Amino acid sequence: MEFTSVVFYLLSAILLLAGLRVVTARHPVHAALFLVLAFFTAAGLWVLLEAEFLAITLVLVYVGAVMVLFLFVVMMLDINAETMRANFREYLPLAGLISGLIAVESYIVLGGQNFGLAAPVAKAADYSNTKALGRVLYTEYAYAFELAAVILLVAIVAAIALTHRRRPGNKWRDPATQVVVRKEDRLRLVNLKPTRPDTPVEDEA
Amino acid sequence: MIKWIQQFFKTFLLIELLKGMAVTGRHLFLKKLTIQYPEQHTPLSPRFRGLHAQRRYPNGEERCIACKLCEAACPAMAIHIESEQRADGTRRTTRYDIDLTKCIFCGYCEEACPVDAIVETHIFAYHGEKRGDLYYTKEMLLAVGDQYEAEIAAARAADAPYR
Amino acid sequence: MDQIQTLLGPAWLPIWTLVKIMAIVLPLLIGVAYLTYAERKIIGYMQVRIGPNRVGPKGWLQPIADALKLMFKEIIIPSGSNKNIFLLAPVLALAPALAAWAVIPFNDTMVLADLDASLLYVMAITSMGVYGVILAGWASNSKYAFLGAMRSAAQIVSYEIAMGFALVGVLMAAQSLNLGDIVRAQAGGFWHWYFLPLFPMFMVYLIAILAETNRSPFDVAEGESEIVAGFHVDYSGMAFAVFFLAEYANMILVSLMTALMFLGGWLSPVPFLPDSLFWLLGKTSFILFLFLWFRATFPRYRYDQIMRLGWKVLIPVSLIWLLVEGAMMQTSLGRFFH
Repeated sequence: MEFTSVVFYLLSAILLLAGLRVVTARHPVHAALFLVLAFFTAAGLWVLLEAEFLAITLVLVYVGAVMVLFLFVVMMLDINAETMRANFREYLPLAGLISGLIAVESYIVLGGQNFGLAAPVAKAADYSNTKALGRVLYTEYAYAFELAAVILLVAIVAAIALTHRRRPGNKWRDPATQVVVRKEDRLRLVNLKPTRPDTPVEDEA
Repeated sequence: MIKWIQQFFKTFLLIELLKGMAVTGRHLFLKKLTIQYPEQHTPLSPRFRGLHAQRRYPNGEERCIACKLCEAACPAMAIHIESEQRADGTRRTTRYDIDLTKCIFCGYCEEACPVDAIVETHIFAYHGEKRGDLYYTKEMLLAVGDQYEAEIAAARAADAPYR
Repeated sequence: MDQIQTLLGPAWLPIWTLVKIMAIVLPLLIGVAYLTYAERKIIGYMQVRIGPNRVGPKGWLQPIADALKLMFKEIIIPSGSNKNIFLLAPVLALAPALAAWAVIPFNDTMVLADLDASLLYVMAITSMGVYGVILAGWASNSKYAFLGAMRSAAQIVSYEIAMGFALVGVLMAAQSLNLGDIVRAQAGGFWHWYFLPLFPMFMVYLIAILAETNRSPFDVAEGESEIVAGFHVDYSGMAFAVFFLAEYANMILVSLMTALMFLGGWLSPVPFLPDSLFWLLGKTSFILFLFLWFRATFPRYRYDQIMRLGWKVLIPVSLIWLLVEGAMMQTSLGRFFH
C-alpha cells in the first residue's frame, strides 16, 4: 500500500467518525466541534486530491469564520438536548430517506463515467491550480461567478435590512462627531482678577 | 467644510497618534527614576510614621504616665492600656499593647501624647513570622525605643521648629 | 552528512524534517521568552523605569525564572468546567501559532515546506487560533472568561477581513500566493518594497495585526481593568503559559509576515550589502518594537469603537486602495510594483 493510501484511509476514518459524532454528540457545542474536525479532515482529503487551493479555502472560510460564528450562537443559546431529542423516532424515516437520496446522488456524481468524464490524471509539479482556478473563474465562468457574487451581496444587504432597527432612547453617539471636537469649541478661558477684601476678616475661632 | 477636510487629513495621516508615540519615544531615552530598593533608599521625612516605640527619660525612667489619651485618640482601636499605682506613688502602665495589624499609622497617638512617650519611628521594614508576632507589647515597644533612641531624638529635634 | 543519510536509509527524510522543525521551533520559543523580557524592559524604559534587573546580569535570566515558576505551578481546573475542552483549548491556541511557521521562508532557499499557496495557508491556519480563545472562555464556566472570549472572537473574525484585503493588495502586486515569490518580486532595493506603493494597505495591515493578536490598544479581550483577564482568567500554571506562548508566537509570526510582505523580507535595502536572514530578523524586530511602542503609548479602545474602526474605516480604506492599485497596474504607474 502506498503512503498516500494510508493517509487517505486514516483521514477517511477520522472524517466518518467525526461526522457520526456530529449527529450523536449529546452536547451541541461538542457536536459543533466535531463538525470543525470534519471540515478540517475533509480539507486534508482535498489536499490529497491535489486541490490545495480549495482545501485551504475550506479551512479559511468554514473552519476559520463560519464555524466560529456557529459556535458563537450555540454557546449563547441554552439548548436543551432532551427536548431536541424528543421527536427522534418520528423524524427518523424522513431523515433516512433524505440520507439515502444524498448517498445515491453522490454515487452518481462520483462515478464520473456517467457524464462521460475521463479519469483525472496527475498534473505536473509546477502546475498551479490556484492560477488555473482563477483563470477559469474570471474568463469562462465570469458571468456565473458575478451572478453568485451579486446574490451573496443581496443576501448580506437583506440580512442587515431585516434585522437592523433603530432603538429609541439609545444613548449612542457618533464617535466621528466626538473626535472632531476641539478645545476651542467648548472651552472658554476667563481671566479673573484676584480680589481681596479691604479689611482682613478676623478668624472666627 | 475646511474644518472637515482638515479633520479628515488629520485623522487619516494618524498625526495625533504619531505625536503620542513621539512622547513615549522621547521617554525611552530619559534618565530612569527607579530607586533600587534594598541598596538605595528614598529620603525619609523626620515626620515619617513607621513602627511604634516607647521612649524613656535619660535617667532610664519610662515616659508613659498611663493617661490613655493615645488609646482614646486611636481611630483603629489598636491600643490597649491597663494601669495601676506603682510603689513610689506614680501611675504607670502594667500593659501597653499595640496591635500593628489594626494600626493605620495615622500618628494620632503620637500627637495625643503629653510626654512624647509613644512615638513612631523610621522603621518600615519589619515582619512577623507567625500569628501574633505583630501584636506589640510594652516590653517590645520599650526595646524598640531603647535601640533607636538616638534616631528618634534626632527626628524630633529636626521637626521641632515646625511644631 | 551523506554517510548519515545512507546509514539511516528510508528513515532519513522524517528525521531530517524533524531536525528542521526543531531548528524553527526552538529559536521561536527562545524568541518568545526574550520577547516578554524585551516587552517589560522597553515599556519600563518608556515609563522611565528600568524593568526587571534582578535575575541574572541585567535581568537576562528573568524569562527563564518565569518559565520555571509557571511550570511548577498547579493547573487548577474550575469546578463546573468542561475538563477536556478546558485542557484542549490552550493546545488549540498554540498549535496553529506553531503550524503556520511551516511555510515561512527565511531566505531564498531556507523554507520547510515551499507550498504554492503559502500565504493563504498562513491565513487559514492563523484563523484557527480563535478556537483556543473561544473554547477557553466557554469551558471555564465563568462570566468574565466567556465575555472575553466573545469579544476576542468577534474582534478576530472582523479584523481578519481587513487583514485579508490588505494581503490581497500584496498578492495582486506580486502576482503570486507564494511567500518566497512575494519577497522575490520586491527585489531591487528599498524603493521596490511594497510598503511604499501600498502604504495605506501597510497601515491597515499594521492595525489589523494588532487586533488579530489581541494586543494593546485592542486588548479588550483581556481588558484587565474590566473583565480581569478575559478568556484565560481561570487558567494557571502551564496551561496559562501555553496561552502566553501562543500569543507571543503569533506576535512574532505576524511581524515576520509584515516583514516578508511589505518590507522586502530578507532583501537588503541597499545594493552594496548582501541579502541575508539577518535583514529579515532585523525587520521583524522593528515591527515587534512597534508592537511594544504602541502598547506603551495608546490607551485601550472602547469595544464598539474597535468594531467601528474595523468595519467602517479599515475595510473601506483597503477596498478603495485595491481599486487604486488595480488602476495603477493597468497604466504606466504599474512599474512601481516591479
